[in-house]
Amino acid sequence: MKTDPLTLAVIQASLSQVCNEMDVAFARAAFSPVIAEAEDRADGIYDAVDGSLVAQGELGLPVFVGVMQHSAGHIIRLIREGAVAAPEDGDIYVVNDPYLGGTHLMDVRFAKPVFVDGPRGKQLYCWLQNTGHWPDVGGMVPGGFSAHATEVEQEGLRLPPVKLFKRGELDREILSIIQSNIRIAEQQIGDIKAQAAALLVGETRLRELIARYGANGLRDAIALIRERSAERMRAEIRRIPEGTYRAEAFVDSDGVVDAPLRIALAVTRAGNALTFGFDGSSPPCAGPMNSVWATTCSAVYLAMRHVFPDVPLNAGAFAPLDIRRPEGTFLDARYPRPVSGCAAEVSQRIAEAVFLCLVQAVPDLVWAAPAGTSGNFALGGFDPARGAGYVMYQITGGGYGGTAAVDGLTNGCSTIGISKTPPVEVMEQAFPVLFRRFCLREGSGGAGATRGGFGVEYEVEILRGEARASFVMDHGRFGPPGVLGGADGAPNVVRVHRGGETFIPKHLSKDQGIPLSPGDRVEVLTPGGGGYGDPFARDPALVARDVGRGYYTADDAARLWGVALDVSGAVDAAATGTLRGVRRAAE
Amino acid sequence: MRCVAGIDVGGTFTDLLMQDADGTVRLAKVPTTSMNQEGANQADGVLAAIEAAGSSPAELDLIIHGTTATTNAVLERKLARVGLITTAGFRDILELGRRTRPRAYSLFGSFEPLIPRELRREVPERMDARGAVVVPLDEEAVAAAARALLADGCESLVVHFLHAYANPAHERRAGEIARAIWPNAYVTLGHELLSEFREYERGTTASVNAAVQPILDRYVARLQGELTARGHRRDLLVMNGNGGTVPARAVAREAAKTVMSGPASGVMAAAATLAQTGLANAITCDMGGTSTDVALIAGGVPEVSAELSIAYGLPIHLPMVDVRTVGAGGGSVAWLDAAGMLRVGPESAGSEPGPICTGRGGTRPTVTDANLVLGRLDPARLMGTRDAVTVERVRDAFFRSLGEPLGMSVEEAAEAVLRLANLHMSGAIRMVSLSRGHDPRDFCLFAFGGAGPLHAVALARELGIPEVLVPMRPGLTNALGCLVADLRADVVNTVNRGLDDVEEGAIAAILAEQRERALARMRDEGGEVVGTEVLHSADMQFRGQTHLIRVALPDPRPTRGAIQAAFEAAYFARFQVRLPEIRAVLVNLNTSVIGRRRPFSLAALLDAAEWGKDARVGSRRLYADGAWHDAAVWQRERLAPGMRVKGPAILQQADATTVLEPGSVATVDAIGNLRIAA
Repeated sequence: MKTDPLTLAVIQASLSQVCNEMDVAFARAAFSPVIAEAEDRADGIYDAVDGSLVAQGELGLPVFVGVMQHSAGHIIRLIREGAVAAPEDGDIYVVNDPYLGGTHLMDVRFAKPVFVDGPRGKQLYCWLQNTGHWPDVGGMVPGGFSAHATEVEQEGLRLPPVKLFKRGELDREILSIIQSNIRIAEQQIGDIKAQAAALLVGETRLRELIARYGANGLRDAIALIRERSAERMRAEIRRIPEGTYRAEAFVDSDGVVDAPLRIALAVTRAGNALTFGFDGSSPPCAGPMNSVWATTCSAVYLAMRHVFPDVPLNAGAFAPLDIRRPEGTFLDARYPRPVSGCAAEVSQRIAEAVFLCLVQAVPDLVWAAPAGTSGNFALGGFDPARGAGYVMYQITGGGYGGTAAVDGLTNGCSTIGISKTPPVEVMEQAFPVLFRRFCLREGSGGAGATRGGFGVEYEVEILRGEARASFVMDHGRFGPPGVLGGADGAPNVVRVHRGGETFIPKHLSKDQGIPLSPGDRVEVLTPGGGGYGDPFARDPALVARDVGRGYYTADDAARLWGVALDVSGAVDAAATGTLRGVRRAAE
Repeated sequence: MRCVAGIDVGGTFTDLLMQDADGTVRLAKVPTTSMNQEGANQADGVLAAIEAAGSSPAELDLIIHGTTATTNAVLERKLARVGLITTAGFRDILELGRRTRPRAYSLFGSFEPLIPRELRREVPERMDARGAVVVPLDEEAVAAAARALLADGCESLVVHFLHAYANPAHERRAGEIARAIWPNAYVTLGHELLSEFREYERGTTASVNAAVQPILDRYVARLQGELTARGHRRDLLVMNGNGGTVPARAVAREAAKTVMSGPASGVMAAAATLAQTGLANAITCDMGGTSTDVALIAGGVPEVSAELSIAYGLPIHLPMVDVRTVGAGGGSVAWLDAAGMLRVGPESAGSEPGPICTGRGGTRPTVTDANLVLGRLDPARLMGTRDAVTVERVRDAFFRSLGEPLGMSVEEAAEAVLRLANLHMSGAIRMVSLSRGHDPRDFCLFAFGGAGPLHAVALARELGIPEVLVPMRPGLTNALGCLVADLRADVVNTVNRGLDDVEEGAIAAILAEQRERALARMRDEGGEVVGTEVLHSADMQFRGQTHLIRVALPDPRPTRGAIQAAFEAAYFARFQVRLPEIRAVLVNLNTSVIGRRRPFSLAALLDAAEWGKDARVGSRRLYADGAWHDAAVWQRERLAPGMRVKGPAILQQADATTVLEPGSVATVDAIGNLRIAA
């Protein structure tokens, strides 16, 4: 077949389109808001031999970048070893084992083999796979985010690869095992159908491509496209000056032992390759802030994709990235370490470490640290007015880091997500709560030549019934780091006001099951982004504007930026010159 | 018969389509005069168009006008200074948004709210989600805030309180207080424009309204003044984004509705054309220089959405014709990436510097240039050119930047660019239709705009769409939309309760009240109609979801069972899922009153005098499917109904060029449409 540059470009766009259509089909048919609204899912095509990524949808949640190729690889290995039944046409395997190329238990993967007719009968051509975040998979708390779990069994039902669909038929026995072990089981059937239907959509569209280009032709093109992506990534890597760049990022605690977890990262650019070494990172932890190998890899991939967003998404893009497996650290957790925090929080700290390394090397392409937490506050209780229990999730964004070009974004989404937060009006309709305020967190953006974006703060009161509050957040101990002379963003703060007293969780950003009564209030202040560059290099007029808007005080302007304002709020040039000159003189 | 003109101001051209008292149709196309030129504004272009058509304002009985004044004002952020009075504790809602970022990947990007923080003032007041008062309104604080914002130089004011959709009492009272102080009519109450929950979207919609209100008011007043001074005796009608029109004197009150009205009028014209053609389903594709607008018409009715955004972070939650913009057009730039892969877009040469062939300084090959190289466009008939550029120069650019490095001929490279551009566009069209539960193969492709008919047949083939329809006047579709648009008034109320909990009588009462309110508004506005039609609908969802599904309520006294059944059917049609165990929620009740204007027969666009002339005006070399072909060139207007043309062929007309790929066949139907079997 002709594999000219045009055909390659067309096939590449077509493969991506197949995955995008799976993404859409999954989200629009899914029932759970976490998939339908928060888009916590991803779809892709994987190699028949080694499971490597052929193409992935552009609409999937960023945390899943590249993660499912690990999952596909494990399924293929287990089939080869005879541990898992061999695939037949129409089968769909279900698996959520984190240690077999996953994230946390809630992210459930479906894998469907695609066969084509070959000279010796049907041949496995490739795998289609998708991941959906199920609202519950059993375990000690609804939703699966226990801050106190110390082994994976406490986090929920763990499924090895098993055929949920056999030759196109749903296996009712396996379904009943799943449904007997999860909460709100009756609603899950809608999501299961949606997840399987998305793979069927993908198969139909993929077969159109196979018919158009031939099975062999398409396979050859896929190999060439992968090589082109690798070349593309190598070209991006060559923009990074040769050398080793080091940075650290810290998870507040694991939720069980109150001590920070260190991610030590060294990124080395040598020739066309970029090596990621995590030597010196903390050992596996007791609580659920462990990361499995697949998630650690995907955190690096997603960070690189944020920095170089235009490289087409397939295994070739990852080939020049040499991630050294961090054995013996909490970034390579093995059974039975609990892992529920890996996707939402640890992955963001890994990405932060990548940003902090690369910003030293290519300061125009990278930013200071973003807030980097999903800000998960869960409130479970009983509403006597409705006579029903409820579980409320409030997620919030935070400030992004300053950049060479612009100030950081305010209330940006977590690095690994793309979903919106629900409006206050919706929360108050649905749950017995009243928000006292929901506003920008003044002063939270780290000072810099460009400043960090602002976090948010909110205070929510329980109106009726008893409830329990849980938090899985991060950056409570240290704010998101500033870079190149910029200051850190403000750290995350949780305050619980109950019975007239103020309670601060021992682990600052993580706690579970705090009992609350009507009138009690929860206050959350999310992190601001880190500042970028020397604050004294910031245009004084922008500092004056920020004070005029109430983002900072006049005192902040003088102290952090060396900018003096007159009574009207305008820049006092002479006094500013003096303030800034004093420091320069001291240097 | 009366003399009526539709006049649409687009980005480059101002188009006019008018019908005289004796039924003859006149056309005009003049350059758009921009708002920022010295002393000029769009009104000058409108007057020039009337003159170019050989008419005068005095002769016209009715003018229906589509304007981009408000769209441009928002996109360019040339807006009125707006102040906000809002609930204590919540002034930052408009700045915080919904926790998003501009792009899924990359943490660059920024967002400035329409109302800066120093002009957002809080007052003590609070309602709960059921509309009960939690904190009484501090009336003194409202007055003080209004005075302070006035002193800060604000021209418009927004009053936006939490849960005002559930109980607007505080917002209304604050509005009274503020209006007593405010020196003009530019006071927008959040719930008046949009009585729906979601504070960010409602507040942003209100601030867009306030920010464009003075701009639209001044523009329309000036245009109406100029027309009146030249003897025009009527109130002109202005197009809204919902596909309806509103009389000039009432249009500024809900100015936000004119934002995104341009694309809507094109879709309304498509719907009218389909109706007169006897077709029900179409995907409309309006391809321009920088982008392509795509919309769906199912069952003869354009799809409407109340959840569109004009730009990142700027949702306008008013019912609008659901037009999705794809970032690919004639100006999309073709380039090679670091790995030597061919790419088209997303960067666009726009109109400045524009494609190479327009001679406005562009040096990088674009989709339009590829069309020229392949003989699909006639270099002698390019519009909007500044300096003449030879085809040789364009070919040279293709050779240097694409052909040589790729080892391809100039023609192969240019065809590759078109194919990739068509692939991006067809992918986007598929996503637009699939995400709304439609298979594009069930539709015809309705192609218009300057570049739509150039690509339509190739696009249809890529999509598996069997038929392409190119209307008689593809380059004047928006002006036609003005000519055929009806008057329209929309009213919405949020219910947001389980369907089982709502009294059937209450539903009927709300619909009856909405009907009266919409009819009264239409009467007050004084537009001339030949009949009115009332359409009720409900926005619904399953509890726990946030997708809204709109279902029509043909009966003004619907039973709960009928509503439930309609919702379940609509839900299944869209998602292929039945959920009998989950309760349905009635979120909003909507009422639209359509004031039907005198119908315009598209057959009037035909010019029988042209039919006798020789339609085949020449031939040109056309490159398609990897080879040069001799393609006949036909003068479109000279093709009489019933005539058939086989591809490869080029059909040229003043406002567009249609390319028939080899193997396709076009037939002219009774009202002059090209019906192309792709």
